[in-house]
This record gives sequence, structure tokens and C-alpha cells, in this order.
Amino acid sequence: MNREEIISTTKRFLSEEFEVDENTILPENNLQKTLDLDSLDYVDLVVVIEENLGFKPTADDFKSIDSFDDFYDLVEQKLARLA
Amino acid sequence: MEKRVVITGVGLYSCIGNGKDEVLDSLRNGKSGIIYDEPRKEFGYRSCLTGMVDEPNLKPFLSRRERIGMHQPAMYAYMSTKEALEQAKLDVDFLNDNETGIIFGNDSTAGAVIETVDKVRERKDTTLIGSGDIFQNMNCTVNMSLSTIYKLKGINITLSAACASGSHSIGMGYLLIKQGLQERVVCGGAQEINMYAMASFDGLGTFSVLEDQPSKASRPFDASRDGLVPSGGAATIIIESLESALKRGAPILGEVIGYGFSSNGEHISNPNFDGQYRSLNMAMKQANVKADIIDYVNAHATSTPVGDSMEAQAIYSVLGGNVPVSSTKSMTGHECWMAGASEVAYSLLMMQNDFVAPNINFETPDEDSAKINIVPEMKEQKIDCFLSNSFGFGGTNSSLIIKKFVK
Repeated sequence: MNREEIISTTKRFLSEEFEVDENTILPENNLQKTLDLDSLDYVDLVVVIEENLGFKPTADDFKSIDSFDDFYDLVEQKLARLA
Repeated sequence: MEKRVVITGVGLYSCIGNGKDEVLDSLRNGKSGIIYDEPRKEFGYRSCLTGMVDEPNLKPFLSRRERIGMHQPAMYAYMSTKEALEQAKLDVDFLNDNETGIIFGNDSTAGAVIETVDKVRERKDTTLIGSGDIFQNMNCTVNMSLSTIYKLKGINITLSAACASGSHSIGMGYLLIKQGLQERVVCGGAQEINMYAMASFDGLGTFSVLEDQPSKASRPFDASRDGLVPSGGAATIIIESLESALKRGAPILGEVIGYGFSSNGEHISNPNFDGQYRSLNMAMKQANVKADIIDYVNAHATSTPVGDSMEAQAIYSVLGGNVPVSSTKSMTGHECWMAGASEVAYSLLMMQNDFVAPNINFETPDEDSAKINIVPEMKEQKIDCFLSNSFGFGGTNSSLIIKKFVK
């Protein structure tokens, strides 16, 4: 999955799960604020990532994520390791 | 000084109607809400009869976070509570600023628990359950959801008392307001409808097997009754001090004047005359009324051979044989944890509209039901005061007396 595919795939399942407008999911936007995540929502974020991308991020993984761009970096790295 | 306790809002999400208007029509016309639910047969049920309501779509009303912790009991209770609060003229802003409690009856979350356990069995990782299931799985699920959605800041407890849960919830709220400890309390009862919730009950052989005639199956007090029909949904009753209701200009639908309760202290499932008799008597004594004041009795009668006979004996002993009696379970089936609250709601609708809903399917009395005045067809009559009975497994009994409000 290349970066473009990662962006379109994650945009689809994140907007669906967290009920936000796809257009608000932009690379420079803050992931936590855009998706309106509280501590419980991070559990659901793990679930949808595992269901859609096949890996389970850890709490430490999320510490380095600020923007969606950071998130796409993480997904790229994890998928590369899986491959 | 003790406070007077009045009812200012009623909401129903029932197998005989979504909301009070539909329910009123069903009560007047003796419409049954019982269906044959085919998947139960394959699952292993002895009887597939049940009352049925749809799972409501709450997306237009609630956020994802508010919805994610809700399974059937909370979903149904949200619908009934929304209607009740609207009637009571209570909104979130008012509730946020004015202490209001919630005592809701619920005694199971079987469907939610089984769905959660199935997820873990399949995925072998508890993290992948998601964040909502814990709030669906706990028995206080209705309280957790409604108290956070509506910003309720008073008493917040779930009342689990088997099939008397809904009735005791009103009784306990009544006592708190009467003593001046709360100004208003959201009371009610919720009952999930799914095959997981009622399987073990079906296994006791307690359910009617008149599967080819669903609307005829629940026949409380009739000599040919062969068992109850499970059902569910939710009912909400808003109660508050008279001062609070008058100050807010809320509609006053009735006044709670008596609450009797007792425990049989005997067999875990067999009903008991003495326990029911004590509950009825306590309610009458507390309300300080004589038998001739009661214009209508909404019986607990579930359509089981022994239970209905015991209740007929208890009603006859305390109130005599003249007072009109009907069991709305003849139409709704047994709404279990919800029943005590829904049956107060059904009776309030009758009181407001001057009729007694029929005890449908009452065709032939038996020795005990012949002694009391069971109403088989809708009867136009004024009701100024009614009594509602609820009895549950474990021998928990509750009787409420409610009258028309007179200043």
C-alpha cells in the first residue's frame, strides 16, 4: 500500500468510525482534535486500525503522533515491517 | 414535613406502541404486541412467542460516544425517557442546573455480554473488544447512559428486583422525594428483547406454547392459561415534588400516594399469597385509603397457572371482588424488568382517558379469578385512583397506589 492508498483507506475508515467529515482529515491537521478523541476513543482507534490494516498500534506508537502526516508515517512503517 | 409526590412525565417504548399515542390506541382496542420469533426455534427455544420492539436508530439524537455504550436496555430507555422528559418540560440545560436523580429498573444485559464474549473468543485479544462494551455489559447501563446524556446530578442507582424492578424504582424515588431528599427523579424500567436474555427462562417451561396463535397466548386469569409470554422495551416515569412541579408549570398527571413492598422469604420462583397480601396491605395503609377508593387494579398477572391464582386471592382478600381488574400483560406479554413502570404508565393513560383497558383472552374464569372483577373488554369508566402490582422472582413484591391530582 503506497502513501496515497494509505491516505484514502484511513480517511474512509476513520471518518466512518469517528463520524467526522472526510474533508477535515488533512495531512497537517491534528489527529486527536480532528477525530475528537478522548482516552476511550484510542481503544477504538486501535480496533479499527487492526481491522482495516492488520496491525495493532501500541500506546507508545501514539505518543509520537500529532498530525495525520505523523499517522501516515506510522502506518507506512508498520506495514513495511509486516511485509 | 413530608412532601407530596406527583408524576409529570411518562414515556413508553413498548411492543404495543412507540410512544403514548400509539400505546393509548392499543390499550383501547385490546391490540396484542405478541409475535412468533422464528430464530428462537433453531436456537433451541421451547416457545418462540415474544413481544417485540425495533432497535431504535439513535444517530439523529446522540453522539457516537453517547451511543457506543448502549445496548438494547439503554437504547429503549433513551426513547422512553426522551418522551417523558419532553412531556415534563425538562431539558438538558434545566437538568444540568437543577439536581435531578435517576433510579432505573434493569436486571440483565445478557445480549450485550454474550456479544462481547463472542468477540474475545474469536479474536483472543481483549483490546479488540472496543471501548463501548463495558458500559453495555454492566447492569447499570441505563443509568450510566441516561445520567451522562441528560446531565443528571442527583441520586444515581440501578434497581434490580427481577420483575418488580420498574415498580420499586418508582417506589424508591417516591420515598426520596417524600422525605425531601430529592426534588425530582427519573424512574422507569427497561427490558432487553433477544434470545440470549430469555433462554434460561424458557428452559423452565414457563412460557406459553400457543405458538400458532400469538395474540391469544398471553391469557392472564383465564382457566386455560398455559404460561407467560416474554416481552420488553422501556418505560419512564418522571416524579417530582408538588412544589417543584407547580413552580415549573409542569403537567401533573397523577400523584403517588402509596408504596407497599415485601419479600416472600420462601421459594426462589414460586409465588406466595402472604407476600403479595402484605405488599398490597402496606400500600393501602401507607396511602391511608380504604378499598372502595381504588377504582382499578392493574394486576401483575403474567398468565402462569399458580401466579395468577395467588394474585386473584390476594386482590380479593385486600380489596374484595368488585374493583375492576385487568392485566395489560394480556396484550404486552411480560415486560419483566420494565413491567412495573410500564404498567403504571398504561394505567395513567387509562386514568387520563376514562377507560379500563381489557384483559384480553379472559374467556373462562377459574376458581380464584371468578371471585374478582376481571374486565375482558374495554370499559369506559372514570378512574380517580388505581393500584398497580408487581411481583418478581426471589419473592420481591411491590404495590403502588396513584390517584388523580387534586390541589
